[in-house]
Amino acid sequence: MTQSNGFKVIGTRPVRHDGVDKVTGRALYGADVRLNGQLYGAMLRSPHAHARIVAIDTSEAAAVPGVKAIVTGADLPHVGDQIADIGEGAVNLRHLSANILAGRKALYFGHAIAAVAATSLTAAQQAVNKIKVTWEELPPVLNLRDAMAAGAAPLHPDVFTDELGEKSTTPSNIAEHLRHEKGDIAAGFAEAEVVVEREFVTGTVHQGYIEPHSATVQWNADGQLTVYCSTQGAFGVRREMSEILGVPISHVKVVPTEIGGGFGGKLNVYLEPVCALLSRKAGGRPVKMTMSRADVLAATGPTSASIVRVKLGARRDGTLTAAQAWMAFEAGAFPGSPVGSAAGVILAPYDIPNVVIDGFDVLCNKPKANAYRAPGGTNAAYAAESMIDELARALKMGPIEIRLKNAAREGTRRADGPVFPRIGFVETLEALLHHPHFQSRLERATGSRRRGRGIAAGFWFNWGGTSSASAQVNPDGTVALSEGSTDIGGTRTSIAMQLAESIGIPVNLVKPQVVDTDSVGYNDATGGSRTTFATGMVAYELGQKLREELIAHAARQFEVEAAAVRFEDGAFRTDGKPPLSYFDVCGALRDTGGEIVASVSMRTKGEGPAFGAHLVDVEVDIETGKVKILRYTAAQDVGRAIYPPFVEGQIQGGVAQGVGWALNEEYLYDKAGHMLNAGFLDYRMPTALDLPMIEALIVEVPNPRHPYGVRGVGEVPIVPPAGAVANAIFDALGVRMTELPMSPARNIAALAAAGVAA
Amino acid sequence: MSTLAVTTTLNGETVTFLCEPHETLLTALRDRLMLTGTKEGCSNGNCGACNVILDGTLVNSCLVLAAEVDGHQITTIEGIAGPNGLHPLQTSFLENAALQCGICTPGFIVASKALLDKNPQPTEREVRHWLAGNLCRCTGYDKIVRAVLEAASAGATKE
Ligand code: FES
Ligand code: FES
Repeated sequence: MTQSNGFKVIGTRPVRHDGVDKVTGRALYGADVRLNGQLYGAMLRSPHAHARIVAIDTSEAAAVPGVKAIVTGADLPHVGDQIADIGEGAVNLRHLSANILAGRKALYFGHAIAAVAATSLTAAQQAVNKIKVTWEELPPVLNLRDAMAAGAAPLHPDVFTDELGEKSTTPSNIAEHLRHEKGDIAAGFAEAEVVVEREFVTGTVHQGYIEPHSATVQWNADGQLTVYCSTQGAFGVRREMSEILGVPISHVKVVPTEIGGGFGGKLNVYLEPVCALLSRKAGGRPVKMTMSRADVLAATGPTSASIVRVKLGARRDGTLTAAQAWMAFEAGAFPGSPVGSAAGVILAPYDIPNVVIDGFDVLCNKPKANAYRAPGGTNAAYAAESMIDELARALKMGPIEIRLKNAAREGTRRADGPVFPRIGFVETLEALLHHPHFQSRLERATGSRRRGRGIAAGFWFNWGGTSSASAQVNPDGTVALSEGSTDIGGTRTSIAMQLAESIGIPVNLVKPQVVDTDSVGYNDATGGSRTTFATGMVAYELGQKLREELIAHAARQFEVEAAAVRFEDGAFRTDGKPPLSYFDVCGALRDTGGEIVASVSMRTKGEGPAFGAHLVDVEVDIETGKVKILRYTAAQDVGRAIYPPFVEGQIQGGVAQGVGWALNEEYLYDKAGHMLNAGFLDYRMPTALDLPMIEALIVEVPNPRHPYGVRGVGEVPIVPPAGAVANAIFDALGVRMTELPMSPARNIAALAAAGVAA
Repeated sequence: MSTLAVTTTLNGETVTFLCEPHETLLTALRDRLMLTGTKEGCSNGNCGACNVILDGTLVNSCLVLAAEVDGHQITTIEGIAGPNGLHPLQTSFLENAALQCGICTPGFIVASKALLDKNPQPTEREVRHWLAGNLCRCTGYDKIVRAVLEAASAGATKE
């Protein structure tokens, strides 16, 4: 049956193909792998934030019964400086390798130093405790201001500032300074009648996936390596293994398991190369290693702490004339913070004629920063959207009014270069404007409770990348689909739906599976909100090929030309003959020309930029400083919602993460650089009790460059929440919160500083 | 190290397994009994991914010693579906799209079953309070809470 959106499958809500396995406990994730003869691995991690490794003595460890192999950084092949483009952005392989197992220095608390494989986990852990490291402690650099200060001791002797494309002559903790410019900034501010400016600080946060990293690797005597792990990109793991271990890419097969969340934190390898080295030393026995939660927090993931300054100028009518942003992001121990994408995002929702954006990538003794859902976007939008709010108040304009007045549209050029294609920012703001939540009045509370309402917008580029998939038609009419895109939140189904729509069959006839790297063509990682867009585009093309072949088969059965056959409503039709059912044609393939198999690989183009606008009501208790989320509505242009509940789920999940970032989540370190809250009790993520229902308002402005209009959904929703909550707190208290998280203690301090008494 | 033999009723069947004295129930379930549906998210009682029902009480299996369950009854996610198919909570999670990555799902379903066994008609607030020991990083909880409420109103406990 065709629905109101004109489609038969797209927009429906089938039960996901992997659903039963996931509600019965049968689905196998990283740590559920168990191979015959496997050994258990354990890792020694640095107790220091910055220290030279003088010597490592493994003799006592090797004597523990059951120990089969021990490796240190010296076991990794020497890789020179090489820039590899792995998944999201370029990585220097030497740095990647030194993050896997430290070389001469430990660069952060939790940095991997040595590893053991033994016949039991207990034995491996005992042996790890017996490894003796002679350390020479060095003073750590723990924050942006210290790291950037003139004369700061550099972490690496060989990192020089890439200063707007030129290399500096002395080593520095500033790995890169980038700039985007548009128009004439001085003239823009001269033209402004109102100018606002402020600096914002955000803490280090983690992606917080519930599944810890786990890898099982076997390095066979014939040189073949098999890797079982949960990853956002099996082909990225293959590439990194090949580069770090110095083996041909053809020797590495990656078998992806189910993945228990990633959010950007499972794009790169951590344990896999170490398990490989252990396996080789142990004579080819498979080695499995799983991180503890403390290891996950201390040594993987986090996304950057940052300092962001924003200055905006506007005319009295609200028209923005100039904007300037300066931002510094912690990269952690190796270069590569998401400051680049933050600089692209920060002012992108608005059409501003004169802009300068400066970004700095800064090293410090913390774990290497990784991507986290819309990398850099939340930090950037928190500052920019707080200032848009401040400007609106100075001009006595409504928060949606000022955003609509300056909204980017088709043809607007971003400060970082690209010109927007058809986008739906205006439609998204209008949807929020007309929503009952915005139209409702917020009841003001009494006593020590104050209520406020805030709005913020957000942008994300989205990404296309390369996807491949193959399919075959079975005699019973089902279509087996083999894909290489990690299914992190239901994409088996959203891709199968696009294949089904394209062929013209029900989605339950498609049987999707995610296969290993030897069984399907290359796929970029599941990241950049690309999978439903790009692998969906591949599924569409696959569907068209299969449909064409099916029609040819039906034509041979009809004994007419293919052009005379139509495939409609599950049947093949030609004039003057009774129709053939889809199942009859599939059952006769062998006699009408042979099996139908097809594969498609595409380097996709035409990803659709996406925008969100969020509205939140909060209640602040000015005695305790605690902020309660009362109501939340998140509008977003998704292009086309293939599977609406999953789209809503992405929006709701992004909001929850953004609220956690806004209110509670933050890495805490002591002065020596030891992480103090490496556990879920003290690294406090939102629970069901901390949140209300989150209304996802789906706006559909189809992406004209995708066959079904898909833009990409996953990342935008985490961009606006921190700004929206901060603006709501301002509305409640009249105090501008300039530091994340806006925790009870910080709120009390800000209230005291502003002279607001309970 | 002395190895212990433990006999317990697991998902309705009597089983005997060997374990070390310091081993948790979570490790015994996953590594000795090969029931990997019970997940490990933190191993210190803060995420609920390892939830099982022990003599009718919801527990974090990472905080229970395997040796302690001798003579007791355990229900894991593998024992939630009946001989006639999925438990209504499982169906409701699927129909409400209450999972994304699914790693937290076994814990949420076991915890929700324990709730509905005690309180067949919980309010939204009671569901949120009960499930506050289970972390989900993907969904924002909205669809999980709806799935539990819907299963309750459909009479999930009758199963
Ligand atoms: S693994 Fe037991 S509560 Fe997290
Ligand atoms: S669905 Fe991923 S953690 Fe809950």
